[in-house]
Amino acid sequence: MPVMDFADALNLALREEMRRDPRVYCVGEDIGLGVPFGVTRGLIDEFGPERVLNAPISEAAIVGSAMGAAMTGLIPVVDMHFADFVTCAMDEVANQIAKSRYMFGGQVDCPLVLRMPYGIGRSGGGHHSNSVEAWFVNIPGLKVCIPSTPADARGLLKTAIRDPDPVLLFEHRGLYRVTGEVSEAETLVPLGAAAVKRSGRDATIIATARMLGESLEAARRLAEEGVDVEVVDPRSLVPLDRETLAASVRRTHRVVIAEEGPMRGSTGAWLAWVVMEECFDDLDAPIARVAGPNIPIPFSPPLEKFATPDADQVVAAVRQVLKGAA
Amino acid sequence: MTPGPDALLQMYAGMLRVRLFEERVRELFAGGRIPGFLHTSVGQEGVAVGVCAALRPDDYLLSTHRGHGHLVAKGGALRGLMAELYGKANGICHGKGGSMHIADASVGYLGANGVLAAGCVLAPGVGLSIKHRRSGQVVVTLFGDGAANRGPFHEGVNLAALWKLPVVFVCENNRWASTTANALSAAGGSIAKRAAGYGIPGDAVDGNDVLAVQDAVARAAARARAGEGPSLVEAHTIRWVGHFEGDPQTYRSKDEVAEGRRTDPIARLDRMLREMTLLDDAHARRIRDGVVAEIADAVAHAEASPLPQPHEALTDLFAFYPWRD
Repeated sequence: MPVMDFADALNLALREEMRRDPRVYCVGEDIGLGVPFGVTRGLIDEFGPERVLNAPISEAAIVGSAMGAAMTGLIPVVDMHFADFVTCAMDEVANQIAKSRYMFGGQVDCPLVLRMPYGIGRSGGGHHSNSVEAWFVNIPGLKVCIPSTPADARGLLKTAIRDPDPVLLFEHRGLYRVTGEVSEAETLVPLGAAAVKRSGRDATIIATARMLGESLEAARRLAEEGVDVEVVDPRSLVPLDRETLAASVRRTHRVVIAEEGPMRGSTGAWLAWVVMEECFDDLDAPIARVAGPNIPIPFSPPLEKFATPDADQVVAAVRQVLKGAA
Repeated sequence: MTPGPDALLQMYAGMLRVRLFEERVRELFAGGRIPGFLHTSVGQEGVAVGVCAALRPDDYLLSTHRGHGHLVAKGGALRGLMAELYGKANGICHGKGGSMHIADASVGYLGANGVLAAGCVLAPGVGLSIKHRRSGQVVVTLFGDGAANRGPFHEGVNLAALWKLPVVFVCENNRWASTTANALSAAGGSIAKRAAGYGIPGDAVDGNDVLAVQDAVARAAARARAGEGPSLVEAHTIRWVGHFEGDPQTYRSKDEVAEGRRTDPIARLDRMLREMTLLDDAHARRIRDGVVAEIADAVAHAEASPLPQPHEALTDLFAFYPWRD
């Protein structure tokens, strides 16, 4: 199976879908050159400037026009450049895209994808580093997915493009150069399908995106101590595969939820509620959470490191839920 | 191109339709039949009808919080619209939209909007899809003078001009951004002149002259269809009523409403049609009776329609969502 990095896997998905369906187009700032993360690199050579629209720095117009196009027959894939900048198009996402179908009584569909490069790292600082997926999980009318591997990234983006509803794809910018096997055949990953990334008996870690890798590293270290941890990746937050999460918890009875964004009002808090709702009686310990502190992301490397949840914290959280275990 | 007799009479009937619809809606709201916030366009009929008279039936319209008149003028069925204002299950949006969030896709009306200038950034995307389909359509986005001070106006005009998209930006300048005078909210003294900064035509017209609006929008639409890009039309008009129903209007003098009545777009066309001997009392009566009957039918339909079942609040969110939430 070919090995490629996360950005190339997304690039492959875009090429495949643009070849398949002439209604699909890409729009965003600097996407002609594929700056800054290389995801759209070369697309303009294959599909031309009419389907790879290099846009002015006008987030409201980029996102708003995507909705106008989606309502009238096209399938836009918006590159948000940095997810942080979505604030400049928040009305378009929260009030227009999310609500149009509903407010209009189902008269129009809004099939578009917002690609959201996000996340902490390399001293990006306060306006280029935030994990903002929780904002959108809280907005009814949006689907939200968040891959952790190249194969999942490609498969989820393809599904998102084919979905009749607006989908946000959160792409952790720290994962773009991470490599993995990606099938030669066209492979779609359905929305609402979690994946068990490592099987184990003693506890379940539910983790997304970069924290999935940190959790697998934590699991490796814990295995050296004889602790056998299961790691589950929800892959999409809306819709959420409750059954796979619950089935894992029913096997292990102990849960750690790991995410990168701030602790307060987060997706991890929502997942903890779901676990409690699905299988409270199966829990042998209170759920533990790993998340960022409730601060903006600071610039200086030691400060940024402080704000970055990592494998050490996941290990500690697993030990906490295992306290008193036989 | 000067409209012929039939087109002139259609504009006359069209404005009367908007006027009488809005006046009936005001009464129904005052009588507690219609819930929510209500913004009516009494006095501004020349803009709604002038714009739509310049369009093809398959052209698109993006509207505002003061949008009933635009939809009536675009040809939306009054029954579905009235039932929606009532919040009834068979309203055009099944009761989920209401006055400020109505769409009628069947006539290309892609939505009133509760957020000012929102349509200014949606329109370029509609223009992109028109261009992609080579359908020769245009999209008009209407917005108020207050909305012209929001970023999306500037982003939308810039993008449409940059990409030469078939968009017509129509600013309905009724002098008031809610309760704040245009002079206290818009710098530069003219919305139309802002077009120059983006290198596109900017026309200021008397919005109470339906023919002037029709002419300006027809020129803008022709330019758009020819692939030459967007235009901006600023139509000056006067809102005869409050910003919202119940607005005490302490911020403006009664003279302005009197001025509005003096420059009434319907009376103006009425005079012109009579001078051209296209209209007499009997004909005018027939037109009015027809409009009154149509509105009465819409009201009767809305009154007789059922309210939605509460659980219907959960439908229409997604096109595809078989999952448990």
